[in-house]
Amino acid sequence: MGKKKDVDTRFSRFGTVSFTSITKVNDFIDYLEQGKVMGTRCLDCGLLFFPPRADCHRCRASNMEWFEVTGPGKLITYSKLEFAPMGFGDDVPYAIAVLDYGDYKVFGRIAKDVPEEEISVGMDMRTVVNRLPDGQLNYVFQKA
Amino acid sequence: MGKVGIIGVGQTAFVRGYPGSIRELVFEGFKDAMEDAGISNDDIDATVVCSAPEYDKQRSPAGVFAEYLGLTPQPTFYVESLCSSSSTGLKLAYSLVKSGLHDVVAVLGFQKMSEISSAESQERMGRGADIQWESPFGTMMPAYYAMFARAHMATYGTTPDDLALIRVKASTYGQINDKAVYRKPVQFEMFSNPESPMSNPVASPLRVGDCCANADGSSCVIVASEEKAKALSKDPVWILGLGAASASVNLAGRDLFTGLRVAQQAAKQAYDMAGITAADVDVAEVHDCFTIAEMMAYEDLGFAKPGEGKELIRARETYKEGSIPVNVDGGLLSKGHPIGATGGSQIRTIVLQLRGRAGDMQVRDPEIGLIHNIGGVGLYGNVTILGR
Ligand SMILES: [Zn+2]
Repeated sequence: MGKKKDVDTRFSRFGTVSFTSITKVNDFIDYLEQGKVMGTRCLDCGLLFFPPRADCHRCRASNMEWFEVTGPGKLITYSKLEFAPMGFGDDVPYAIAVLDYGDYKVFGRIAKDVPEEEISVGMDMRTVVNRLPDGQLNYVFQKA
Repeated sequence: MGKVGIIGVGQTAFVRGYPGSIRELVFEGFKDAMEDAGISNDDIDATVVCSAPEYDKQRSPAGVFAEYLGLTPQPTFYVESLCSSSSTGLKLAYSLVKSGLHDVVAVLGFQKMSEISSAESQERMGRGADIQWESPFGTMMPAYYAMFARAHMATYGTTPDDLALIRVKASTYGQINDKAVYRKPVQFEMFSNPESPMSNPVASPLRVGDCCANADGSSCVIVASEEKAKALSKDPVWILGLGAASASVNLAGRDLFTGLRVAQQAAKQAYDMAGITAADVDVAEVHDCFTIAEMMAYEDLGFAKPGEGKELIRARETYKEGSIPVNVDGGLLSKGHPIGATGGSQIRTIVLQLRGRAGDMQVRDPEIGLIHNIGGVGLYGNVTILGR
């Protein structure tokens, strides 16, 4: 028998249920462990990507560095789910949302402890790392 | 190069729990279109099969159906663009005919959604979005469209009541369409009555009444070259314009949350190709998977200015007697939405309208009809313009 090859499946830890286990941006998970939500920046043209990408479509190149998503973004829109798809039933209710950071946008969940009556389109929110009870990792939006 | 026409249209009734297999489901829609066209299997040169994957277990359904329908050894192709698969199929059929490769092509759309549970179905639909970065948050179609509804309301003052009016219109025609899965009336008051299931929240601000009905069904559209159409058909309907566009799968990559860019882009292409404007459209079928989707379609297609779609429905201008009748067959909301069959069914409705054979749903003397068919959450946009 040949030597068993190590497979880097870090990305299977992303979110309540991850549908991807192997990606060239697996380091995203290590940054989440360190409390950082990171995107990538093309070293050739400077384009910012969130969610992070391994490849720049503009340069057709793969020279990337990581940058941290920091500060407030504006809430563009959100929706609170009363039903959930298969695998997410225990999380209900929860709200998904999009924040606008100017150069990029972030899709994610609003933190569970933000009351719905305090959420309004246009408000400032920030993106923070969130650890799920079973050790999975994601990020959520908190009031800025 | 000559024109390309439609010489036959058919569909099954859209139902919950079709009592047969997918090949039997497709046979019914095909039979309906073949009887409408009055042609034989020997006249069909190729087939295009359209559905969204993973609702049934069959991989590569095209060859299975070609055999079951008696259309071997003619070539068959499988295409998908989620909910707009059969509009994509029509575009492929048009290209095959226009190129001269084939003279008559059947576009077969189908979906049997009842083989899986509602929660599984939501999971499948959710995975029609970005599985790497969005699905791990627990996404589903109603919530995505709800985000567009929220932005539309915040930007333009559209209200949940405006959306309810769209559902009420859909049910008006669903009641008189014997192909519709939801034949019951929906009253405006139901949306404010906690006793009514219509008022139950699904994904704020959308309620049960704002969401379309899942269904099983198949549709078939038979496309022919101008020469063949004239030889085989007494009343062909011509394909005047086709538009299609794609967009970022992740909402983080979008620049618009109050409309769908793909619909705007596809509409412009189709209008330009047909040499018409929105004002020339006499009857339209739009992709009302949710009430907000129809509201955005009014604006994306140019029937109303951005933010003014609500005025159209408040004034009942999109009813059968109005200035621009929309979804007078019940739409996806009441007729039902068997994903891969939907576009073909929308095309069928417009063909029947242009022939003056839409029965109780007939609008007055239409010459130009439009079909707006969206895949995913504005991931794919397709607009087709037909004329007599
Ligand atoms: Zn670059």
